[in-house]
Amino acid sequence: MSQTRQAFDDAQPSDQDIAVSVRGVSKNYGAVEALKNMSLEFPRGQLTSLLGPSGCGKTTLLKIIAGLLKPDSGEIIVNGKAVSGPGPNRAFVFQDFALLPWASVLRNVAFGLELRGVPRSEREAKAEKYIRDVGLAGFERAFPHELSGGMRQRVGLARALSVDSKVLLLDEPFSAVDEQTRRKFQEDLLALVENENKTFIFVTHSIEEAVYVSDQIAILLPRPSRVSEIIRPTSFRTKGVGNIRRDPEYLDIVDEIWASLRNYVE
Amino acid sequence: MIHRSLLLKILSAAVVFGAWEIAGRIPVSYAFPTFLESMDSLLRMTLDGSIFHAYAETLKPLIVGVAISTVLGIGLGLWIGLSEKFEWLFSPIFIVMQAAPLAALIPLLVMAYGIGLTSKVFVVCIMAMPVIVLNTSSAVRNTPESLKEMGRSFLAKDRDVLLKIIIPAASPVIFSGLRLGVSAGFIGAILSELKITPTGVGDIISYSRSIADYPSMYAAIFSIILLAVLFLNLLEKIENILFEGNDRGYVTD
Ligand SMILES: Nc1ncnc2c1ncn2[C@@H]1O[C@H](COP(=O)(O)OP(=O)(O)OP(=O)(O)O)[C@@H](O)[C@H]1O
Ligand SMILES: [Mg+2]
Repeated sequence: MSQTRQAFDDAQPSDQDIAVSVRGVSKNYGAVEALKNMSLEFPRGQLTSLLGPSGCGKTTLLKIIAGLLKPDSGEIIVNGKAVSGPGPNRAFVFQDFALLPWASVLRNVAFGLELRGVPRSEREAKAEKYIRDVGLAGFERAFPHELSGGMRQRVGLARALSVDSKVLLLDEPFSAVDEQTRRKFQEDLLALVENENKTFIFVTHSIEEAVYVSDQIAILLPRPSRVSEIIRPTSFRTKGVGNIRRDPEYLDIVDEIWASLRNYVE
Repeated sequence: MIHRSLLLKILSAAVVFGAWEIAGRIPVSYAFPTFLESMDSLLRMTLDGSIFHAYAETLKPLIVGVAISTVLGIGLGLWIGLSEKFEWLFSPIFIVMQAAPLAALIPLLVMAYGIGLTSKVFVVCIMAMPVIVLNTSSAVRNTPESLKEMGRSFLAKDRDVLLKIIIPAASPVIFSGLRLGVSAGFIGAILSELKITPTGVGDIISYSRSIADYPSMYAAIFSIILLAVLFLNLLEKIENILFEGNDRGYVTD
């Protein structure tokens, strides 16, 4: 995606560029208003972060987009069609991995394809490719309990990639890994966004992470949950991964986001 | 590892049998034979074939009852676990069944079904089924929500969620219910032979007691325990083969 065009269309990207659009979505859990009349658009081929304090409805929004939860009102449009349930155009990476403990890495990664009825040899070949892509070659026969948290997370990522959905929903995918691994993952994620031509919707708690990886950052605020701000970093994305963290715009955006979020942190 | 666990098993068996031998020699009671006397009787019954005739009788209600309890129990348990309504309807029945004093029910069964195989099968089922049903239903209900959600998000049909997620996830608890159910079934089979009509192993037990042949009586009891242990081990093997990864614990816990 070209950064210049994005800068032109900043206020209202044209319709065909929007992969996922959230329109007036509300969701209550009993008396708890998790989401209230939320609208948000996710440009195709880009990574959008959802950033906000705990309990502001990020997971809820992601599950509604995935079709796992029904909104009380409003609708989700993916590629021009309203969402009525889970579909082949969206894949979920779960915060708690959600791996089958009795299945090998290979079967776990191929599980999405297995459920779609893809023949065994075909789905395993595909799974092996993505296991290599996420750096787990050699662990195909291992069981999830034999892997570290970061490796399990990569199994979840490989599973989502292998079904080849155009939209990837990632719920705090890096929360279970240490800082070094996390930085490595962030770089890998940037490469994925670059190469895979998919739309990424990425939930995170970390301001730095959001600014580092995102084409667009949606700041959510709680009670009632709403989109308070949308930030599109423009200048540093093209300067190479190594320089992002030193870029003045990067640092300014991090400060700015912290300033707007700090009131909501006890 | 395997050698050590085998060694430990042999050791614990030796301790139990040694204690039995000593207790028999003191003797604790004139009706309590020593281990060696009992083994001697067992050998005699094995050689003259009477123990095999006895088991041919006893195994009939046992196998039929355990088979019915397994199929029906797991089926009902799945159903109850999957549906709130059925839990509400059936769960209390099995909890009562589990707690009910079986001896009090036997006369009713005999009145209804006579003294034949049917009544004995019923006794085995009453003993074995509740724990199988209750374990299965609670295992199904405790399937991690996140795994089911994962399945649905990857487009699993209800059948896939049941066969590929719920049942494998529940299988360790289902199997432990099965083990408990089978041991209870063994007790049920012997109980029915003692309380309804003396046949098979129950007949050896009651007959040898009536003629004060205590070694034979204990030999029969010993043999049924041995058979139960062997069967439970077999069940464990089957479980390990069927669900290879399941003894590896839950990753998401
Ligand atoms: N199943 C549920 N039942 C009742 N309330 C719920 C349920 N799931 C979420 N909530 C409530 O909805 C609100 C939003 O929850 P959600 O999980 O979407 O927040 P989040 O932004 O993902 O938080 P975190 O960053 O801590 O993961 C919270 O107040 C939470 O208590
Ligand atoms: Mg969350």
